[in-house]
Amino acid sequence: MSEPTNPARSGQEFEQDLNRSDARVAEFEVQNHTLLDRIQHLLHNNPTLVPVIVLVLSLVAFGLIAGGKFFSAFNLSLILQQVSIIGILAAAQSLIIITAGIDLSVAAIMVLMSVVMGNLAVFAGVPSGFAILVGLAGGVGAGLMNGWLITRVKLPPFITTLGTWSIFYALLLWLSGAQSIRGQDIDTEAPFLKFFGASFDVGGARITLSSILMIVVFVVLWYMLNKTAWGRHVYAIGDDKEAADLSGIRTDRTLLSVYGLSGFICALAGWASIGRVGSISPQSFYEGNLDSITAVVIGGISLFGGRGSIMGALFGALIVGVFRSGLRLSGVDVLWQVFAIGWLIIIAVAIDQWIRRVSA
Amino acid sequence: MTQTATPVVQARGIVKRYGHVTAIDHSDFELRAGEVLAVIGDNGAGKSSIVKAICGATVPDQGEILIEGKPVRFTSPIEARDMGIEIVYQNLALSPALSIADNMFTGREIRKEGWMGKYLRMLDKPAMEKFARDKLTELGLMTVQSIKQPVETLSGGQRQGVAVARAAAFATKFIIMDEPTAALGVKESRKVLELIQDVRARGIPIILISHNMPHVFEVADRIHIHRLGKRLCTIDPKDYTMSDAVAFMTGAKEPPAQDAA
Repeated sequence: MSEPTNPARSGQEFEQDLNRSDARVAEFEVQNHTLLDRIQHLLHNNPTLVPVIVLVLSLVAFGLIAGGKFFSAFNLSLILQQVSIIGILAAAQSLIIITAGIDLSVAAIMVLMSVVMGNLAVFAGVPSGFAILVGLAGGVGAGLMNGWLITRVKLPPFITTLGTWSIFYALLLWLSGAQSIRGQDIDTEAPFLKFFGASFDVGGARITLSSILMIVVFVVLWYMLNKTAWGRHVYAIGDDKEAADLSGIRTDRTLLSVYGLSGFICALAGWASIGRVGSISPQSFYEGNLDSITAVVIGGISLFGGRGSIMGALFGALIVGVFRSGLRLSGVDVLWQVFAIGWLIIIAVAIDQWIRRVSA
Repeated sequence: MTQTATPVVQARGIVKRYGHVTAIDHSDFELRAGEVLAVIGDNGAGKSSIVKAICGATVPDQGEILIEGKPVRFTSPIEARDMGIEIVYQNLALSPALSIADNMFTGREIRKEGWMGKYLRMLDKPAMEKFARDKLTELGLMTVQSIKQPVETLSGGQRQGVAVARAAAFATKFIIMDEPTAALGVKESRKVLELIQDVRARGIPIILISHNMPHVFEVADRIHIHRLGKRLCTIDPKDYTMSDAVAFMTGAKEPPAQDAA
């Protein structure tokens, strides 16, 4: 096919020695693979492995230190319950971080929408189901606002969401009059708002619906990211937006959908938080955005985008929960829990950087 | 004008201005069926601009573009792609962390048949992987270990191969290649030049933008020389030397009187 009939075209003069050239490719790496290299490669191909290992190790460690009260079915289900809201927020955050963005407004959207749902259902007498729909739609709207500023006005995600965090926070203080909606009022006026607070017991474990919601959110997102074209596009954008653009992905439209979906998940977390907390407090989850980023980072999702599995964020959230619970049951002061989480973040990012330096 | 077949691309009087700068100044362009047309020109001559206008990356201010005789007006490369025009970008436009198969199908993934594909929008990964493997094998590129391996684990030449294979697999009209050998070593360049000839042998014409005169003279059937925003002339590489071509494109020598080109 490559025109052997025309000798003048079968290569340049200086290339004529090529077919006699040494055909070996630099192979020294193969013999030189140390155990550390192999681990690095393994982790590069399976970025969720680190959080899984850390989760298992920390479960074992705290099981040994704190003993039976840590390893009881009740305590483990309690951890699941405690991390459920931050876990759902971390799912929303992961979507955005995979596109190489960051969202500082996730918790503000969540609390704002829980206030919207509460105001409508408890004070305005709107049917709970409708109030929830308005809140969920509001979450999509808030997410799309972030997405619009980022894709159309071309602002960096960090600054955009730093701004909208303040805006949403101010709105929620205004809507709530800085007052909590009491649990009793929700119970009498709109008990459906507390739907996700319901729980059932299975052999000593107490499973709340919010924990189940968290797992469902992660499974659905995992499917979307790994089994659909949309998911592949989300990764491609985080990997190299320009290349994604050139290879025919409508990147801005995809990014908008990511922010809209993330806003929806935040509003869903807002609904679940009413059941989890029992009341609607404008002051709650003030650090939720940072907690969600912590879970994502510990879960091995790269802050530079395009790498990591959404399931990592679930494990990241669980690791934080296990550390908090384990350290508390071991009688360690709260400040050391904060201290430990800080180190976890730094170690997680260091491992991510190390994995990214993998040689081909 | 003694042409038997309609040219694949015919552009006349293309103009593109950016403020005071005229990037394309009433330029013509022609790509014929089954040929490799090299586009050469000094830096800033506007050779990328004219090619961008043809593939929809920029919308020209004036002039008309005919593809297989039909006037077209693309506003994005995606529209051109939908018509069967593929571009191999200099930076390749691959997503490093995604697999070879994923990269070959970005933007045109195959969904599973039946309800899984329709309602759950599930991708048909086995079909995509098989197609990718077949295409790479056809072009003699199946030296990679696995079609599922991320593109970042490939060498420069292998990546170029994936990008060319993607273009060859989906192009029905023609392929544009922007400096395909610029970042490659001697041996890898050779492989890419062979690929270009293989693709031409399948009847798909190629527009090759390159600075590398030996490569241009080796594979091109005709050479379009661009100078000061317009087509200066097209030459047959068999009739001129590389020094002639360089002299034309830098203005050191007057171009030959144009005939049918």
